[in-house]
Order: sequence, then structure tokens, then C-alpha cells
Amino acid sequence: MEVCGRDAQVKLLTGLLGQEGTLMPSSVFLHGHSGTGKTLVARHVLQCLGVLMSHINCIEVYCPQVLFEAVLSQLTGSVPSLTTGQSSSISCDSLGEFVHHLATVSHTLGQPRMAIMLEHSERLRDCAANILPGLCRLQELTPDVNITVIFMSTLSLEKFRISTGFMEPLVVHFPQYSKDELLKILEKLRPPTTSEEFFKNYISLVLSVFYHATRDLAELMHQVQQHFEVYREPVVQGEVEEDDVRRLWRNIEPHLKKAMSTVYLREVSRTHYDKMQKLIETNTKDLLPSESIGLDSFSSKTAMVELPLYSRYLLVAAHLASYNPARTDRRFFMKHHGKQRKTQASIKAKERCSSHLVGPKSFPLDRLMAIFYSIVEEEITPTASLFTQLSTLLSLQLLIPSGGDDALQNPKYKCVAPHEVVHSVCKSINFDLSRYTYGQA
Amino acid sequence: MVCVGRKSTQPADPEVLQATQHHLRQNLQLWGTAGVSGEEVLRVYSSEAQHLEELIGRTLSLGESNSALLLAPRGTGKSALVDGVLGRLKGRGVLGQGLVVRLSGLLHTDDLQALKEITRQLRLEEAAAKKVFRSFAENLSFLLESLCGGSKETAKPAIFLLDEFDLFCHHRNQTLLYNLFDAAQSAQAPICVLGLSCRLDVVELLEKRVKSRFSHRQIHLQASGDFTTHYLHTFRTLLHLPHSFPFKDFARVWNEDVEALARDDVVVDVLQRQHTTTRDVRVLKSLLVMCLAQLDEGSSRLTPQMFSHAEALLTQDARTSTVRGLSALQLCLVVAMKHLAEVYDGEPFNFEMVYREYLKFSLKSSMQSFEKPVVFKAFDQLMGLELVRPVDQTCRVQREYELVQMMMTPSQVGEVLSQMSGLPTDLQRWASLGLA
Repeated sequence: MEVCGRDAQVKLLTGLLGQEGTLMPSSVFLHGHSGTGKTLVARHVLQCLGVLMSHINCIEVYCPQVLFEAVLSQLTGSVPSLTTGQSSSISCDSLGEFVHHLATVSHTLGQPRMAIMLEHSERLRDCAANILPGLCRLQELTPDVNITVIFMSTLSLEKFRISTGFMEPLVVHFPQYSKDELLKILEKLRPPTTSEEFFKNYISLVLSVFYHATRDLAELMHQVQQHFEVYREPVVQGEVEEDDVRRLWRNIEPHLKKAMSTVYLREVSRTHYDKMQKLIETNTKDLLPSESIGLDSFSSKTAMVELPLYSRYLLVAAHLASYNPARTDRRFFMKHHGKQRKTQASIKAKERCSSHLVGPKSFPLDRLMAIFYSIVEEEITPTASLFTQLSTLLSLQLLIPSGGDDALQNPKYKCVAPHEVVHSVCKSINFDLSRYTYGQA
Repeated sequence: MVCVGRKSTQPADPEVLQATQHHLRQNLQLWGTAGVSGEEVLRVYSSEAQHLEELIGRTLSLGESNSALLLAPRGTGKSALVDGVLGRLKGRGVLGQGLVVRLSGLLHTDDLQALKEITRQLRLEEAAAKKVFRSFAENLSFLLESLCGGSKETAKPAIFLLDEFDLFCHHRNQTLLYNLFDAAQSAQAPICVLGLSCRLDVVELLEKRVKSRFSHRQIHLQASGDFTTHYLHTFRTLLHLPHSFPFKDFARVWNEDVEALARDDVVVDVLQRQHTTTRDVRVLKSLLVMCLAQLDEGSSRLTPQMFSHAEALLTQDARTSTVRGLSALQLCLVVAMKHLAEVYDGEPFNFEMVYREYLKFSLKSSMQSFEKPVVFKAFDQLMGLELVRPVDQTCRVQREYELVQMMMTPSQVGEVLSQMSGLPTDLQRWASLGLA
């Protein structure tokens, strides 16, 4: 195993833990962004030094018992499984017992040096108050056991000082990889069939596009792997020479630009992504340009909601009630509302209380129904089925109840449907939303 | 700069280095009495040690029951003092029959666990297993009676050491403390209850009925804070290799080096800076461990450079380096939030507001602009790094509208960004803009 660009950290950690037989520091804290090689370096160093290790991801630790039992079974090398009929060999539910078990384990194994690696250790803050300080001082609590606890976290140490008895671990800091280091690491992804130079060019292209958006190694690796096929395609088909970087770039540029909009998101798998791109391309050919934009945002979002006609109107009414101030209803929904004068003060006020910045406001049922009747052109009588549709919207979590003094007579709601959903619903019923929205009309 | 000139050229014997590391790591343990620190503590706190020795001695030899609290800040050497005193008593042969029960507030988080541990340490598991107890008090008094073994003359004295005493005060009804102090007061069996805590107000945590049974004997340890007499002396003793060290020549050179280091300007500066921030010995020990970690076969002696390097490692500002590792997009958001914090004077804001600021910037600048979901994800990662935290987690709103606050002041952001190199120029200019 080779560790790239982390020489200083490897050296420091090796020095801190010391050679065989040396007493280890009671706890070490590795801090750095995700994907900066904390786990890699820790595993590498521990393996080189021959330290017995157990590696726990604290996301799994919903109660301390899980942590203790996992550590003990990893240290003893007994893996609980269904087939052998042997459940977790040691049951241990408190720090006090854990310490006793550790002492026996260390004794039976002949006093080896042991390490507990805790990934995402910030999760331990949610455990009982004695766990984090207890783990920091595990060596003190277990005399004659040479054990160290290695905390790993993306958060800085100051976020951990919460309770009494916390003993400062030694901090090893992992800075983010520089651009050159990233290049060197990403080069290792090269498929054996491609030449070095070709792949290097490809990586620097990808980096130049994505570097501003993300410096996360995992994400960059994902992007590099995802787009290589497309990049290589013209070369494989014999259209472009391998060293013709400019034509290759022109070929892949639109593709990468498109991928920019999904960086970090990972909504789709690769095959799914390709399929979707193709679908959009074929559809856009026979659609008007204005519509094709709409389709694009459709496919990338889960914006399509199948609703009955009145439910759609109800949703739009709820949206308007949430985002428009109540005092402007007169203006939007009455035939003769008189003229509005625009003053400097009213413009300022608009700016300040724009609901699009502070989020939806709650509204009473009466107001919702009033807006609903005014935006639906035909005459409708309030029936039970109309209110059932309202409760459907509630159970779809497009509306949420938001208190109100009287939950039975005049309940209050809030519209939490995403804007994309409301816009697509409006389009489906040919409703011009912007005409009725305060601040836009 | 004595040692630099004499820096050894010959590669050191790995065996010697290993022995050195082995020995010094024992000294630099962050707690306890290993190595020289035990005797050191007994020397510094001689009068308190005397007091404690008498107290425990009376329990051991005269069968008198006692209770006391040992209060001092963390890292002063409470546990070390108690261990040292117990060691001395053992050496004098007074401890003899006495049993020491060690409990820690971190390990035994409720009274049942503590009782189980007491039973285990008194080696009474078998005797206790035969009986059924109706209450906690009955169980504990059975344990104590077993110690008595009939008459007062044959009674085995027991010493209860309660580490992190303040945590025991949070147990339900303080049953354990009540029963222990009650037993000490009513002289059922000769026991000595010693509580160790870093909280000076720990007596106030006791319930009235518990407090009235406590002897109110408190021993305070006062850490001496003088730099030259105390701090430098500690520094020397921690790094000193003893006469019993197997490699005599190396030990002599090493000890000379340490003496020279204690006079070296660079090292003294580093130590002085440490001393002004905290007098905690554990921080000094951490510094020295960081220095020792830099020893290897090429450089087998400590140099002043190692000290300044170790100091740099210890005092690294984590928040600065977190910001340094962010992508340009995330930095844009940080700057947007900086401006919001300035405009609204520290009032909380939400993602939509940040996004609007970001849009204003990205329209003007030549930097790539990103779509809203991507920006939101970047914002989400900032939340994950706890650079941004929600103000109130109870109210139900969509995440875009959740009110948040930035965990850095605008001036901190400005400072970090101005030191960073390789930022896009647009972003740099935007960051340096004040209130416009």
C-alpha cells in the first residue's frame, strides 16, 4: 500500500506511536476534510508498526454497547456470524465492563499494542456523557494495557470539548490535497490499456472543470471514472489522434459542462444518466426550444406530481397564500381593487418582507378557500370531497399544519411544496403564477 | 545554540533510541505516578502528603473511619499524590491488611455498577452471590460487615478512592455516597472515603443528608506557577535519563543536552509562551511528546528546531485550515455569509438569502456559476463541517429556509481569506469588499 502526498503525516504519526514496545500516547486526534487520507494513513502506520487494531465507524454506534462489543470482537478476532451459531461472544454494555474485558483480552493475547480507530468520531458526542472522556483516557483507566484511541473527524477538536474529564488528545492535522497531489493520485486510476500521457491530459481537463466546484477526492475520482469512456470514444473510433488534445476537449466539453449540474448530487447511476441524456436529446428535437428547457429541469427533478384537477388548484392556492402577504389579496383576486401607488417606501418594504427569502408563512383555511374559489373559473360548491383532497395534500407533505389557535374550526397550514413542483403544476393547468405572485407581478 | 553545533553525525544505535523512547514515554504519560513524577509530586506537596498519610494511617492502624475530599485543578497530581502516599504506606508496612477500592465516575455511571465493582475489588463476589438483598444499603452494609469479620480488632480496613467525585454526585439520590459517608460516620467498619475532584464547589453538589454525614475535611493542592523555579525544573526532570539507564554514555550526553536546551533562547521562548497560555503540565508533556516523535536514527538528539516545530504543530488553528481546504464554490458561500453577517449585524439568515447574495456575485464575475441544487449541496457540506449551524432545531421548516448562523466572525473570514493564495481574483476582491 502506498500513501501519496501524506509523508509528513505518516512520519508524525509513526513518531507519536513509536516502535514496538513503546508506550503509546493515550489518544490521537486526526483532523481533516473528508477524503484527505486520514483512514489510509492511520491503517498504513498501524500495520507497519504491527499494532493490533480495531476499526469502527461511529455512524454504526447507535448505543455504546455496539461500540464496545465490536471493538472486543475485532481485537480478539472472533467474528460473530449466523452460520456458526455463535452470537457476539462477549456481551458488554458499560464502560466499566469494557475496561475489564480489555484487560483480559490484552492479557490473553500477551500484552500486544492495541489501537481503536474511530471514524466519524463526532457522532460519539451524542452518546452518554462519559463515553468520549472515557475513551480519551482509556489508557489511564486500563492500567497495564498499552492501548491508544485514534479519533478521526472532519470537525476540529474544539467541537468535542463538551463535558467534564476530557483529556486533550494529540492532534495530527491533514490539510486538503493540493492540485498537484490530486493529479498524482488520480493518475492511479488509469486503466492499463491507455497510455500515461493520454490519461494525464484527461485528468488535467477534468480537474480544470471540477476543481472550483469540489476538492473532495472521492467526488473527483467518481467524475474521472464516469467520463473517461466518452472522452476516449473518438480515439477508439479512430476519428481523433490520441495527442490531439484540443479536438478531444471540444468533444468532451459540453458533456462535462452538463455534468457540472450534477456534481455532488449523484442522483442517478451512470447507465441511468446516459439513458436520460439520450432521452432528452431525442425529445428536444421535436419540441420547441422553450419547452425543451422545461423538460430538462423536469427530468433532473422529481417535479412531476400526479394530482386531480382541484388538488392542483388547491396546491397553487396554498402556494399563493403562503408566499403572498394577506393584505395584497385584495389586489390580486378582486376585480376592482383600485389603483396602487408605487412609493419608495413600498418598494423597500417589498424587499424586506419578501417571503421568497424567509420562507412560506402560515395561512388560515378560510383564506386558502377564498383564493381557491377566485382562481378556479367555474362555480364550485364546497363539498366534503374537496376537503378530502386537502387532506391528501397534507398527507403528501405538500402542505403541513402549522398550529393556529383552533385546530378544528379554523386550522392553519403552510405550503412546503418545492417551487419546481408548483411551477410544473401551474403549467399543467395553464395558470400564470407570476401574475398572482407578490413581488413579481 | 549549543546542541546544534555538536549535533552528532554518527547514526545512533536503534537499540539506544528505543530504550530512550521507552523510558521517556513513561515519564510523559499524561497522568499517574510512572517514572519521576510520583516522587516529584510528593516533594512539592509534602505537607498535604503528610496530612493524607496521617489520615489514611489512622484508618489503617487505629481502625478510625474518615472521609476527605482532595480538590485541585486537572493535571495537578491528585491521583499521583494519593498513589504516592499509598506507596509510602505500603513501604512502611502499614497498609498490610488494608484493601484499596478504586472507583471512577467515568466508569461507574450508576450506583449498581459501582456496587458491583466494589464487590469485585473486595473479592466478595462469591459471598454476595449467595445472598438476596432487599436494598442497596443492605448490600453495602453486608460488604462492610464481611470486612469486619466479627470483632473490631480483626477488621480489615478499606480505603475508597472515588475519582471524578463530582460525577458520583449526579447519581440518583446519591445513594452510594450517602451509604459510604454514613458507614464512615457510624463506624461500622474502618473505612476511609477519599474523593478526588477538580470542581471546587463539589460540596455544594451534595444533598443535605449526604453533606451532613461528610466530615468536611478538604485538602487543596495549589500548583506552583513560577516559570524558572517550577516550570523549567519540571521540563528538566521530565526529560532526564536516570543513572539506572543501561546506556551510560548516551544518558550522559543526553542529560547534558537537556541542560543546554533549558538555557537555549529558542526553547525557553517556546516554553514561556506555553506557560503564559496554560500552566497545565499535561500540555507541556504533549509538547515534549511531539518533540520526541521527531527523533529518528538520523537525528538522535533534541534540537531547538524540534521545539519550535512541535509548538507549530500544537498551536495550529484548526478553523483556519478547515477554511483553507474548502472548494472555491464553498468559499463563495462563506464570503456571501460574511457579507450577510455584516449587513444584518449577526442576525441569523437562511440558504435562500445566501443564494441570492451568491447570484448577485456570480452574475458579475467571470467565475463559473453553479445551479441551485449544487450550491445547496455545497452549503450542506458547510453545515456538516459545523462552520454553519442552525439556530433552532425544533421548528419545522424546509431546509432552504432554516435559519442558520455562521460560526466565524466576518473579521476571521476576512483574515483567513486574505492569507490564502491561489484564490480566484474575483472572489478575493469580493471578500475584501466592506459594507457597500
